[in-house]
Amino acid sequence: MQLLPQIAFAILTVIATYLFAKKASEIRRNILLGRDEKISDNTPQRWRNVLLLALGQKKMFKNPLVALMHLVVYGGFIIINIEVLEILLDGLLGTHRLFAPILGNGYQWLINSFELLAVLVIIVCISFLVRRNIIKLKRFASNDLNGWPRSDANYILFTEIVLMLLFLKMNAIDTLLQSRGFGHYAQNITGNFLFSQYYHPILQHFSSESLMVFERICWWMHIAGIYAFLNYLPYSKHLHIILAFPNAYYARLEPQGKMKNMPEIQNEVLYAMQPELAPTETAGENAKKFGAKDIYDLSWKNLLDAYSCTECGRCTTACPANITGKKLSPRLIMMKTRDRAEEVGKSLNKNFTTINKESTLLHDYITVEELRACTTCNACVEACPVSISPVDIIMQLRRYLIMEESNAPQEWNSMFSSIENNFAPWKLSADTRDNWINDL
Amino acid sequence: MKINTMAEMMANNETPDILFWVGCAGSFDARAQKITKAFATILNKLSIKYAILGKEEACTGDPARRSGNEFLFQMMAYNNIQILNGYGIKKIVTTCPHCYNTLKNEYPELGGTYEVVHHATFLEQLIEEGRIVLKEDHPFSEKNISYHDSCYLGRSNNIYDAPRKVLEALKTELVEMKRCRSNGLCCGAGGAQMFKEDEKGNKRINIERTEEALETGAKVIAAACPFCNTMLLDGVKNKEKENEVAVLDIAELIEQSMI
Repeated sequence: MQLLPQIAFAILTVIATYLFAKKASEIRRNILLGRDEKISDNTPQRWRNVLLLALGQKKMFKNPLVALMHLVVYGGFIIINIEVLEILLDGLLGTHRLFAPILGNGYQWLINSFELLAVLVIIVCISFLVRRNIIKLKRFASNDLNGWPRSDANYILFTEIVLMLLFLKMNAIDTLLQSRGFGHYAQNITGNFLFSQYYHPILQHFSSESLMVFERICWWMHIAGIYAFLNYLPYSKHLHIILAFPNAYYARLEPQGKMKNMPEIQNEVLYAMQPELAPTETAGENAKKFGAKDIYDLSWKNLLDAYSCTECGRCTTACPANITGKKLSPRLIMMKTRDRAEEVGKSLNKNFTTINKESTLLHDYITVEELRACTTCNACVEACPVSISPVDIIMQLRRYLIMEESNAPQEWNSMFSSIENNFAPWKLSADTRDNWINDL
Repeated sequence: MKINTMAEMMANNETPDILFWVGCAGSFDARAQKITKAFATILNKLSIKYAILGKEEACTGDPARRSGNEFLFQMMAYNNIQILNGYGIKKIVTTCPHCYNTLKNEYPELGGTYEVVHHATFLEQLIEEGRIVLKEDHPFSEKNISYHDSCYLGRSNNIYDAPRKVLEALKTELVEMKRCRSNGLCCGAGGAQMFKEDEKGNKRINIERTEEALETGAKVIAAACPFCNTMLLDGVKNKEKENEVAVLDIAELIEQSMI
């Protein structure tokens, strides 16, 4: 009978890990639905970006106070996971505070710092909730987040607060039972911890037996909460805590102004100009689409971008089109790309071969009006803390509109024909190009 | 004042040190032509051996590519690279950040590799070398200046300091706008927006930017891009401030201030 909790814990761990792995592999599959793109140059710079942008959160420090608050939650999350390691081992081995005898005095110091972090995380999460729901910061109040995305953000913050409270309460009961010399709690005397001791006055009135039940409930809820959170991640914007790292590694290293080349069109123009260079036999190449209509036409990196987006809205706040009331929101471009990838993923889960072709990213998710508003100023790319490029997606969809659908505003068509005929975007004779010299 | 084309230089068996890439705005747009002339005047004053392509120059393809017309872009790039390579061009200086970005970043993988310099950097070097000397009592000595970052110079190519150093040489007060350098707000012209009406919204981007520029109280709004220049000038006119606030390119400021 004594083994029962251990077995239950092991089963819970296996189920949580399995479910997470399953969903993670689905996301990986969805991302790889994107077009192939080889990103392997300049490895040292890529690792530097992982350290600076992902681990160091360099871009967050454009606003130092927010960066610091974010760092607390992030640090809290990572460091408190060391405590989770102990909880995990305790659960599997049936031990209690496995690390206490090993670390000696260091143990109390360690748990004290965890408690400090836990309290800081609670304070920051509350301020984040206030910013979102009471102060209603513009980028959080935006219509972009209506519905699920807004609840998602609140669920995450709320869960983090609950997890931290459970952790503190668990410690409080433990140390109280230690002082009473009760049961196995008395075997590892750790002494009171920094913050949880202030729970003691409330807990004093309870009998040791009922406190033990409380402690176990907290312990189980804490770890079950962590497992639940782990499995919530892949459905949530919070996935950025994992994907920010690969996304920083694969971030573009070229100047932001450089657009990706289309070698297939480059060659077509070359063969038209110099037919002698054209291959004699047309290789059995499938008629390839120009530009992107759906997620399959985007690069896998664009889809990784979409899954890495945490919907913070810094891009949209910086977007000149959005600021001046246009429909374009770079954040929504990313959210819609992810939504479409998820939709395709869902139909793949049901049926492994057919892909949902009824709707497409272009038109059904992202409209022409949004695409047309972009000035390619790259303010969104610059603002993004996790190296996402909405512009790259916008440009690929624009290419499809022009080259596959001949869908351009009249003024652009005139501009095209002027460039073709007069070698300048205006309807002015090429012969007058150097007329300005005459005024000198 | 004589300005040589590459064809004339070739005929005289001469090689220029630099090719001045004028760009479409600089060639055809009445306002931008003044920037071109100012820059050419500086080059002439300093006896720099340069040439232009003249009628052989053509759009780099930037607005075609950014609106999505890759075919047209590739055609323009092909023809321009043929001409540039045919003349054996090594170094290009241009007054347009869009041309600069395309020539510098996008032509190399299409077979056109040159040393490409934007005139902000070029002027900065000339000032540093002491070749450009400014008058003590130049027309802007009593005016403070606010510099507007062009997206294609700034975020696109990380050139923030060069134009500011050029302006510092004027020894007047430089006031920054709220959104400057990497946070700079676009003028609204990029991505081929220059060539179409705005999408539906509640404001034009150039008005938003102009308001911010006017807030600084600067009497001169300096730009380093002919398109930004047009957009901001339109904004200033819209606010009926054109008699108090000038929108000038850094080349014009230097040309009017140098000895």
